[in-house]
Amino acid sequence: MLVITALTVVRTASLFAVVMLSGVFSLLSALLLVTLDAVDVAFTEAAVGAGISTVLMLSTLALTSRHERPSKLSPVVPLFVVLVTGAALFYGTLDMPNFGSADAPAMLHVYPEYMERSQHEIGVPNVVTGILASYRGYDTLGETAVVFTAGVGVLMLLSGLRRRREDDEDDDGENQRGSG
Amino acid sequence: MHHHLILRVVTKLLVGTIILYALYVQFHGDYSPGGGFQAGVIMAVAFILYGVVFSLASVQQVFPPWLVHKLVALGVLIYAGTGVVSLFLGYNYLDYGAFTPHHPEHGQHYGILVVELGVGVTVTGVMVAIYYAFAGRTPVISDEEW
Repeated sequence: MLVITALTVVRTASLFAVVMLSGVFSLLSALLLVTLDAVDVAFTEAAVGAGISTVLMLSTLALTSRHERPSKLSPVVPLFVVLVTGAALFYGTLDMPNFGSADAPAMLHVYPEYMERSQHEIGVPNVVTGILASYRGYDTLGETAVVFTAGVGVLMLLSGLRRRREDDEDDDGENQRGSG
Repeated sequence: MHHHLILRVVTKLLVGTIILYALYVQFHGDYSPGGGFQAGVIMAVAFILYGVVFSLASVQQVFPPWLVHKLVALGVLIYAGTGVVSLFLGYNYLDYGAFTPHHPEHGQHYGILVVELGVGVTVTGVMVAIYYAFAGRTPVISDEEW
């Protein structure tokens, strides 16, 4: 399903359809994450990937054009790069432990300790929240700061552009008045 | 979108439910999947949906831009402030055991709630602010163009 959606995204020229399909793609990957029992991640993927970014892409689309310009470059080199990268990734998965295997590295390192300690140290049933907000409190503070900085950056970029354009228009108006 | 009667009615019904669900995800995050990030996004979606279906002006009446900008900073302050409070109580930075010294487990619980609230407030603010910034620049397009 994911592959079919991705191929359709590549083949479609209407950008509106592409935005909708990328939302579908996000939703499908959220389902994939649910089957992997990563519910928190799936939740985020569904809310951010399928929800917010689709809306933001749509509002970007409203600012620009609604159709993709046909590319004049030859597709051979990009195709080669994609195939090589894909093959390398597939080769990498050969070394990965089987799905759900008990002796996978992720299950052996800090995982048992967190599972054991968090119930009586933090007493929060959702271990993911316990780790994020308490054991890894500094990291989450950093993430919040990153979200904050990104938001402020986007705001400054967008509002700065608008102010400059208004200034330009004022200048033009004065020039015309001067020449008239 | 003035003539989309169904969209308008459904949106009016849904916005309240979405906000309620966001609050549930926010404050139930320590029992079920979810937490500040997800709740913030869902909360922002409620306002963005309202803004898309009605108009930017009507959503900005409910949630004015100056308030959104303050919220962006307020969330980080709540999070960092929690750490400072635990410092002043004589514990490590962001050690939530400080809030109830006799029963550190409860302190952890309160600390996580407050911290997640900070995350949620910032994420809501940032998402809505970015939407305002984009939508404020967008010329209104007629439905036929889609």
